Amino acid sequence: MKSNEPKSTRVAVALSGGVDSSTAAALLVQQGYQVMGMMMRLWATSYQGEISENRCCSPAAIKDAHRVCELLGIPFHLVDLEGEFKSRVVEYFCDSYALGRTPNPCLACNRYIKFKALLHLAFDLGAEYLATGHYARIRSHNGKYQLLKGVDKEKDQSYVLYMLGQRELRHLLFPLGNYTKRQVRAMAAEDNLPTADKAESQDVCFVSDGDYRAFVAQQRPETVRPGPILDLQGQVLGEHHGIAFYTVGQRQGLGIAAPHPLYVVEIDPSQNALVVGPKSAVFRSELWAEDVHFVAGNPPPQAVPITAKIRYKAKEAPATLIPLPGQRASVVFAQPQPAITPGQGVIFYQHDIVLGGGIIASAGKPEA
Amino acid sequence: MTKPTKLIYLDHAATTAVDPRVVEAMLPYFTATYGNASSVHSPGREARQAVEKARQTVADILGAAPKEIIFTSCGTESDNLAIRGVAFASRDKGNHIITSSIEHHAVSHTCEQLEKDFGFKVTYLPVDQRGRVDPDDVGRAITDQTILISIMYANNEVGTIQPIAEIGRIARARGIPLHTDAVQAGGTLDLDVDHLIVDLLSLSAHKFYGPKGVGVLYQRRATPLLPTQTGGGHERGRRAGTENVPYIAGLATAMKLARQHRQENSARIAALRDRLIQGLLETIPDCYLTGHPTDRLPNNASFVFGGVEGESILLNLDLMGVAASSGSACSSNSAEPSHVLTALGLPMKLCHGSLRLTLGNENTAEDVDFVLLILPSIIHKLRALSPEYPEKA
Repeated sequence: MKSNEPKSTRVAVALSGGVDSSTAAALLVQQGYQVMGMMMRLWATSYQGEISENRCCSPAAIKDAHRVCELLGIPFHLVDLEGEFKSRVVEYFCDSYALGRTPNPCLACNRYIKFKALLHLAFDLGAEYLATGHYARIRSHNGKYQLLKGVDKEKDQSYVLYMLGQRELRHLLFPLGNYTKRQVRAMAAEDNLPTADKAESQDVCFVSDGDYRAFVAQQRPETVRPGPILDLQGQVLGEHHGIAFYTVGQRQGLGIAAPHPLYVVEIDPSQNALVVGPKSAVFRSELWAEDVHFVAGNPPPQAVPITAKIRYKAKEAPATLIPLPGQRASVVFAQPQPAITPGQGVIFYQHDIVLGGGIIASAGKPEA
Repeated sequence: MTKPTKLIYLDHAATTAVDPRVVEAMLPYFTATYGNASSVHSPGREARQAVEKARQTVADILGAAPKEIIFTSCGTESDNLAIRGVAFASRDKGNHIITSSIEHHAVSHTCEQLEKDFGFKVTYLPVDQRGRVDPDDVGRAITDQTILISIMYANNEVGTIQPIAEIGRIARARGIPLHTDAVQAGGTLDLDVDHLIVDLLSLSAHKFYGPKGVGVLYQRRATPLLPTQTGGGHERGRRAGTENVPYIAGLATAMKLARQHRQENSARIAALRDRLIQGLLETIPDCYLTGHPTDRLPNNASFVFGGVEGESILLNLDLMGVAASSGSACSSNSAEPSHVLTALGLPMKLCHGSLRLTLGNENTAEDVDFVLLILPSIIHKLRALSPEYPEKA
């Protein structure tokens, strides 16, 4: 714990109406902090005529979060961050697809909404710390804060937290980092939290029925623009519906009859083209990333051995990290990796420690 | 496995492609600003300005003064000028030269000629199995007749980096000029002459994406040097001959570009190199890395293989669209095993099966993957054909 006297310390807990954030709040109350619940309203209202009932901030979720606060005897604040969310996350999400990338909106949300806008609102409400229900740990080491994986390796969420820096980490608490999901559910049940049995929410929260293609097509009608499907030699094999609707490594939905299965190898926005090839072509050994952030504040002074994670659910792979100027980095893998996908986050680990991460710009060597 | 559509060039220690930005920087000095840098008229003055600007650029990178920079026609000329120049200028002081047994021929053959035809004495220092000169050996070899020490910065065949600064400290303490052939280090290593504690340093532009036909010799102030090429008073009387303005401009541009992102490029290439080394050592039996495991050029991966001829590996790689070399390109045609490999103390039968893969900025991890894919089967096939190889399948 960062403070010796929890009782004097005010902590805001970001609640989603789910079991993890509810249990985080309960733990903090038990530890003696002065706790208040905060919930973000991000996308609950109608947007361009469409009523969207996402799981995070639906009226049901708000009610659940409110009930948890009543049960714990803590204040509940509903804060409106819809404007920021729309510009920073939803627009970014659609723009990325329009550029042929495959974004992870949770990374943008954490960077701009949860750990920036919400953190500031928590400060405004007099909190010294913001707590969330993420499965990750913060450790103070030689005068610096380190971000570590959660103890529960299955549930570890450090991937979505790589953008945190020293400034944020000193004001953050992850009460669940030392617990497994199973333990958390048990604690929630013991405390009779109304959210104890709620299912996991992992789909894109603002896409109500999980159909991101329909969502992007509705938000960006101009992306529904057919173009060529090319093989690795540049021969036209067919036509696609719009590059926004494909992702690297995808096999289904190409509509091409070929002797061998074909996979999306690359999306080329400059030609509005999909490049397809055999499965082996999906494996690449190097990537470069932009918007690279290091938790310690500075990049390592030279190339360092790491394990890298190229997708939320990807396995970590041994690699060499080469910091580049302009917040960029190269990652050279020990073994070829399947479907290195532009737009996804790549996170750099050394054992349990998160060094940092960035957004994959492309597979291959860095552009000059 | 099919041949890749484009050539995979893994022979950057031999030479590199000229960077288009370098070509761009050279072009004006062929037909527009074509003056002789020694002429007093305006085209001449413009040419002079270009040469002196290039000299300043090179001097800045080496941490030197512009007048300490001599432009030459290549690395070999720089080596020749340094060694002959110091040797002939110092005959009243002594006649002993110390060098290593793994120098480039531009150094070793020059020393041999001075020995054979001009009465100099030369000590060829041994190296350890990783190709390193022991600085203490340098100290022990110095006599009151020693007038020059010449030890290369990094080896062209096996990539080992020498402890130049340590040798430099010893040479400085004894008041003996130290020359280093830094031709292989030009694109990737620190070239600051005060970090290296050297008095003479040779460079060649075509090893770092510059043109062939232009080099540099750094000569620390007050280092004795008798010109080996006489004529006009060019290069402060140290190297006669009309300045090759476009090539000098090209050299400076290439050097500037190479230095700009030196650390990142080196780190990336070193990561590819390590992947290549690790992959080949893991998949090919009776395969050994030559040179130092860590203190080596970021782009050099060199090996010896039991039971195969280096030449045969090269031909097979070439058929698959991979350009590599066996030993150094300058001596690839000779049947004699490389003097570098024999100096490392490798068994003679391994010396004939050498392969040098040297990476460059344009190489990708996929290039490495392709070599990792094809080389094990090439070696296997060659061994199966070899009547002598005992471990053939």
